[in-house]
Amino acid sequence: MLLISCPHCGPRDEIEFRCGGETHVVRPGPAEAVSEDAWADYLFMRQNPRGLHAERWLHAAGCRTWFNLLRDTVTHEIKAVYPMGHARPEVA
Amino acid sequence: MAGQSNRLPSGGLIDRSRPLRFTFDGRTYMGYQGDTLASALLANGVRVVGRSFKYHRPRGLMAAGVEEPNAIVTVGDGERSVPNLKATEVELVDGLVARPVNCWPTARHDAGALMGLLGRFMPSGFYYKTFMWPSWHWYEGAVRRAAGLGTAPAGPDPEIYEHHYAHCDVLVVGSGPAGLAAAVAAASSGARVMMVEQEAAFGGSLLTTDVVVDGLPGRDWLARQLRALGSLPEVTLLARTTATGYYDHNALSLLERVTAGPVRQRLWQVRARRVVLATGALERPLVFPDNDRPGIMLLSAMRRYVAQYGVAAGRRAVVFTNNDTAYQQALALHRAGIAIAAVVDCRARRSNAGVTALERAGIPLIWQGVVEKTHGRAGLTGVTVATPAGRRRLACDVLGMSGGWNPAVHLHSQAGGSLSWDEAALMFTPGKVGQACRSVGAGNGQLALADCLADGYAAGIEAVRLCGLPVTDGPPPTTDVDGGSTAIQALWQVPGGKAWVDFQNDVTAGDVMLAAQENFRSVEHLKRYTTLGMAVDQGKTSNINGLAILAEQCGRTIPQTGTTRFRPPYTPVTLGAFRGAYRADLFRPRRQMPVHEWHQAQGAVFEDFGGWQRPVHYLRPGEGREQAMHREIRAVRTAAGLFEGSPLGKIEVKGPDAAEFLDRIYVNTISTLKPGRLRYGLMTNENGIIIDDGVVARLGPDHFLVGTTGGNAGRIAEWLEEWLQCEWADLRVVTMPVTTAWATLTLTGPRARAILERVGADFDIGAAAFPHMSFRDGHVAGIPARVCRVSFTGEVSYEINVPAGRATALWQRIMGEGAPLGLQPVGIDAWMDLRTEKGYLHVGADTDGTTTPLDVGWGPAVSRKAKDFVGKRSLLRSSNARADRLNFVGLEPVDGVRPIPVGAHLRFTDGTVGLTDGHVTSACVSDTLGRPISLAMVRGGRERMGQTVRVLAPAGAFQARIVSPLFYDPEGERLNA
Ligand SMILES: [Zn+2]
Repeated sequence: MLLISCPHCGPRDEIEFRCGGETHVVRPGPAEAVSEDAWADYLFMRQNPRGLHAERWLHAAGCRTWFNLLRDTVTHEIKAVYPMGHARPEVA
Repeated sequence: MAGQSNRLPSGGLIDRSRPLRFTFDGRTYMGYQGDTLASALLANGVRVVGRSFKYHRPRGLMAAGVEEPNAIVTVGDGERSVPNLKATEVELVDGLVARPVNCWPTARHDAGALMGLLGRFMPSGFYYKTFMWPSWHWYEGAVRRAAGLGTAPAGPDPEIYEHHYAHCDVLVVGSGPAGLAAAVAAASSGARVMMVEQEAAFGGSLLTTDVVVDGLPGRDWLARQLRALGSLPEVTLLARTTATGYYDHNALSLLERVTAGPVRQRLWQVRARRVVLATGALERPLVFPDNDRPGIMLLSAMRRYVAQYGVAAGRRAVVFTNNDTAYQQALALHRAGIAIAAVVDCRARRSNAGVTALERAGIPLIWQGVVEKTHGRAGLTGVTVATPAGRRRLACDVLGMSGGWNPAVHLHSQAGGSLSWDEAALMFTPGKVGQACRSVGAGNGQLALADCLADGYAAGIEAVRLCGLPVTDGPPPTTDVDGGSTAIQALWQVPGGKAWVDFQNDVTAGDVMLAAQENFRSVEHLKRYTTLGMAVDQGKTSNINGLAILAEQCGRTIPQTGTTRFRPPYTPVTLGAFRGAYRADLFRPRRQMPVHEWHQAQGAVFEDFGGWQRPVHYLRPGEGREQAMHREIRAVRTAAGLFEGSPLGKIEVKGPDAAEFLDRIYVNTISTLKPGRLRYGLMTNENGIIIDDGVVARLGPDHFLVGTTGGNAGRIAEWLEEWLQCEWADLRVVTMPVTTAWATLTLTGPRARAILERVGADFDIGAAAFPHMSFRDGHVAGIPARVCRVSFTGEVSYEINVPAGRATALWQRIMGEGAPLGLQPVGIDAWMDLRTEKGYLHVGADTDGTTTPLDVGWGPAVSRKAKDFVGKRSLLRSSNARADRLNFVGLEPVDGVRPIPVGAHLRFTDGTVGLTDGHVTSACVSDTLGRPISLAMVRGGRERMGQTVRVLAPAGAFQARIVSPLFYDPEGERLNA
């Protein structure tokens, strides 16, 4: 059970959140200009790293805000929480 | 009734003034307040407490705590009974009824012992090798009956369980010397501390050893510290509470066994900033031939039975050891009046304070000796000891074995910590930590009391400091008792016969070696192949011995071999505790619609739809389900019906970019919609799959009301927000789900307008002024209302949305005005058939996770739309335009009479083998049309209008014709009336 620090509500139990998967995935467009391969990449291909993973979460049972975080997929340590639209921060 | 022949005349922490009567295996015994079932059985001289799992060998108590592998019992009767408890963890209460789980008819006379005689030992993999032909399933039932543990009660559990949530600065698991010192250190600094203890009494080894701490006898020091801790408001002390799991981010689960009040068990979920693990160590048995006879037990257990319960496990004991910690324990037993026939040490002669003390007490020591054989059928009568000088038989009724210590690293390991092998101490100790925790005391491999106290105290101070709280540092508690040497030498097995490693699962050293020979050399494979370390004790006494033998056999070191993974729970947790209060009506809250009570009073039959309790139909006296439904359908087609559609999703979308946003969300264009008008729309996900449909109302230039299906109201509101917040943050749009704020009353039928006129609206509802697919914001019967003229039935319909609190008033008013014109309330069954007659798509029923807008005839709309939208790129893929995709069509039986079953598969060719050509998604025997109709997804269906297809019905295949799904009023004359 992760303890996630919502940027608006502070540390709350994981049960209040929904994980939206990898963040910073760029949506290609317009549709007619996107190759099949580029679209398949966007739809299905994810980093799935062992280690730091940038992902987006929704505080669904709270302020209903989406935000990004950096989580270590091995230890589940959350290294950073940052707003949607911000670049991935550098962490040690 | 037998006497308590093994109860010592004095001593123990029991209350001898409070005798308790209990029943075990059909016989009645007496014990005392403070006993466990195990200590009371031992006091009464009961040697056989159960039968082993596979061979049904008679077994006695081996331990005094949670590691007990043999004494597995069912406590209580009927629905309140609990199977698979260890007798060592069952506190004795008056009238307690218990029985062993693996015996029939009794533990003393067990029919299954034949298993052991006939099978003459089943080696590892026996089941896999023997019961192969023709199939394991032929044998499974008989084998499982013979080799099972307890039986779960059949009826619902009437006991009450609850869940508790807590936060603290420092959680201390274990209340022995190290844990207590940690709690004292943390609490005296003012931290919020929880200390939990799995036993009924706090204190751990302080209860069973004679020590001096800070100048006080150990038990007095314990009492003083507990009083001090108890007086602090920020300290929570929980006895009978096991930390069963250590989860991410310092979340721990605690199982509390409640003894007072109506609650039986309490499952705590605790989030601690720091955790101190003072979980102690469990003594290891030794592996030698016939080491499973009743009377052979852990030396530390014998000592605990004496010190805590005043029970002598036997009158004459032999001690068998490979380490120095046995000396002090043997001495304690000697002082309690148990004759020690000999201490058999596998090592060469040693000289230290412990040895001197034993010699001074006149206890014989046998060096370089091993127990090679044991004697006695239903209980130990003697052992044969082998030394370089020869063999000797010693008479004894109990053998205390001390094979070294296993720190209880389970929680440390669950928390992601690593283990390191201490080759000198022959134990796995906590290595790198995985979370904000620290192991102390015996759980950290510290066997000396002085080290435990210092280690625990330092950890308590450190925890406070790491919480960022001010530290009040005092002197750590000290002891002047010298714990003595703890030196040990490996003795993983004594060869020469059947030597048990895992007593609970009947796994012998030979089984482990056979598994290694057959190349099951990973500990995880060993576990699955031999069942070593499975079941309720999870190998607490067997894992290390088993893997050490495996390592020896494979020529590897113990750390190279490694341990199996430690998984929660540490000890078994009842399903009732996991369930807590979430049962029956509380399992999932039932949502009721605003007009619920009226429906109930009118005979509505309710069913659950997406969490909502909705009327299926309104039963009149003497009516069956079908009759009620057809009556309601006829009312809608000939007069009018009133339907509550309040769960329909309603989401306000507002802002200068609202129209642009909805263009990107919907497959069709929304921005061209005029204010005051409605448009039906489809939504897809990025894969181009239909996820929802509904009607959008344009309330003003920048203001829309998005309608969703009832089951998707929450999901679509979240979907819109995800796109706005994560992808198109530049759009100036806000959304607000208002589903439950507005009740939806749908008035439908040829007389709907006449009824609405009587009810009264403050706007023109004439056909020309308020045509189909338009919207008005006004008042109905004086109540603020948003009225959509949109139809699900094919008749003139008004969806009247009013504030939920005023819904019942309006409903009653409409019913009152409409009844003379034939108005009836309509349930969801009739509603669905009315919809099927009209051929309207029902997302989730007619569509599935493969259906695209192209499949339901929206190809032209998709190609017309120049703008990008969610899922568009996927819909441009050529495979989505393939002619052999499943298309949404109507289907009617060629003979005009055979009902078409929902879910039936369709075939264009004979036979039933091969790919399906589609399936039936909705069907009814249309009351209005007087014949069966259905909707279906058919391969290339749109190009096959008029062709026939075989319906594979359970009663036999028959022909159906592919037709337009618009069965009723295809021209829409009634709809637009
Ligand atoms: Zn929040």
